[in-house]
Amino acid sequence: MITAIKQEVHTDKPLQADQVLVIRHLYKSFGNNHVLADFNIELKKGENVVVLGKSGSGKSVLIKCIIGLLKPDKGNIEVFGKNIPDIKSDELDKIRAKVGFLFQSNALYDSMTVRENLEFPLRRHWIRVSQDEVNNMVLEALEDVGLVHTINMMPAELSGGMRKRIALARTLILKPEIILYDEPTTGLDPITAKEIIELMVEIQKKYSTASLIISHDMTCVRMAGDRVVILVDGRCYANGTVEQLTQNNDPKVKQFFE
Amino acid sequence: MATVVSFNKFLFEAGDIARFTGRFFKQWFKPRYEFAEFIRQCFVIGYKSFPLVGLTAFIMGLVLTMQLRPSMVDYGVEFQLPAIVGIAIVREIGPVITALIFAGKIGSSIGAELGSMKVTEQIDAMEVSGTNPFKYLVVTRVLAATLMLPVLVMLGNAISLYGAWLGVNIRGDTSFKLFWTQVFDNLAFNDVIPAFIKSFFFGFAVGVIGCYKGYNSSKGTEGVGHSANSAVVVSSIIIFVIDLLAVQFTEVLGFN
Repeated sequence: MITAIKQEVHTDKPLQADQVLVIRHLYKSFGNNHVLADFNIELKKGENVVVLGKSGSGKSVLIKCIIGLLKPDKGNIEVFGKNIPDIKSDELDKIRAKVGFLFQSNALYDSMTVRENLEFPLRRHWIRVSQDEVNNMVLEALEDVGLVHTINMMPAELSGGMRKRIALARTLILKPEIILYDEPTTGLDPITAKEIIELMVEIQKKYSTASLIISHDMTCVRMAGDRVVILVDGRCYANGTVEQLTQNNDPKVKQFFE
Repeated sequence: MATVVSFNKFLFEAGDIARFTGRFFKQWFKPRYEFAEFIRQCFVIGYKSFPLVGLTAFIMGLVLTMQLRPSMVDYGVEFQLPAIVGIAIVREIGPVITALIFAGKIGSSIGAELGSMKVTEQIDAMEVSGTNPFKYLVVTRVLAATLMLPVLVMLGNAISLYGAWLGVNIRGDTSFKLFWTQVFDNLAFNDVIPAFIKSFFFGFAVGVIGCYKGYNSSKGTEGVGHSANSAVVVSSIIIFVIDLLAVQFTEVLGFN
């Protein structure tokens, strides 16, 4: 069964030069709960794609599979042409250095200051980097999110919105080519949420990164999504621009845009 | 039925802990070495536990001596007080009480810290940042706990004996020199070495159980509280089990 699927995958369209992420026939289940069933998606360089779905529809599972935190049951996840489930941990780390991940709960290290939080991925991925370079990179990332003054503060001293910005700065510090956002506006008030989305769009333009945004927030979809993919029953149910999907009459699509 | 289910659960957890320990042994000597984090953990786990261990050890030595005194006087062997207190502290009370205090302080803090890191996705974030979280968080903490507890036990024993000297002198009159001479005259390497060796195992148990409970914490704040609580309970029980096994070993090997 698995061999048959592999053959099918390889006979699919070849990877195009500007495609940074291609997922084909992805399956993931937990017991009898089939979270992802034959999910397909492509992400081009500099493109913002929003994956829209209800809570518990498997959106977070999808991006955790992409970054290698979860192993899919079947299917291919090609990031920069490398199939994530097949590669060794060293190679996976190299790819992770080029893929930023913004966690839903920010995942800032409580025991470290903002500076140490930002230095952590730098030091772990690039061992040979001078202290001056590290300082410059930390300051640049903090300038991007407008929070240079918090450099010596602890995460617990920051507000929810500030924490999200610092988490974004930590994601940006390695200048990733793809950024995966896991529900970036969850738990934020509408004004702060809007600011975060504006920041995300700004950063995408500045560094021309490709972004895969997991969300159920329609403001986020309208402001940040070049293209929207609707995830229903573990499949890519609909795919198109916000305008196209707004005009779509399918009841399952319509329920998101009403 | 409920007994069968809970026994089954116990066996599954014991198996999980064994696998977790196996994973530790597989990973601890493989590069990349987290030396800086190990030193930091030694400071947090060892140095910062010292005031608590020191205080409890001092009180324990003092109280033990005062409690023993009336019986010793009854039998007319009051002069043997330093000897018997010395042996009791070095062989058994020092290592076990220090290990239990250590389990309460360090086991719970490791369980809660790793548990909340797990719940707030910090462990995932570490993995994404090119770090092996098992090595960075678990290996360093388990090694630090294993190496720091014997040091704390030694220091605790010494402080406890100072407390005992004070205890002897509350009612009686024994010079400092005489007290220590009596203590050391009655202590042999057979008393010190097995107690020292078993404290490594106590430290290892506290480290492994604390990390296991935290690392496998379930989602939510309740999960974190449960991890911290069960880390202390399980490691305390394991300390007694190790103590029981240690005394059998020393008996069989003829060190008693």
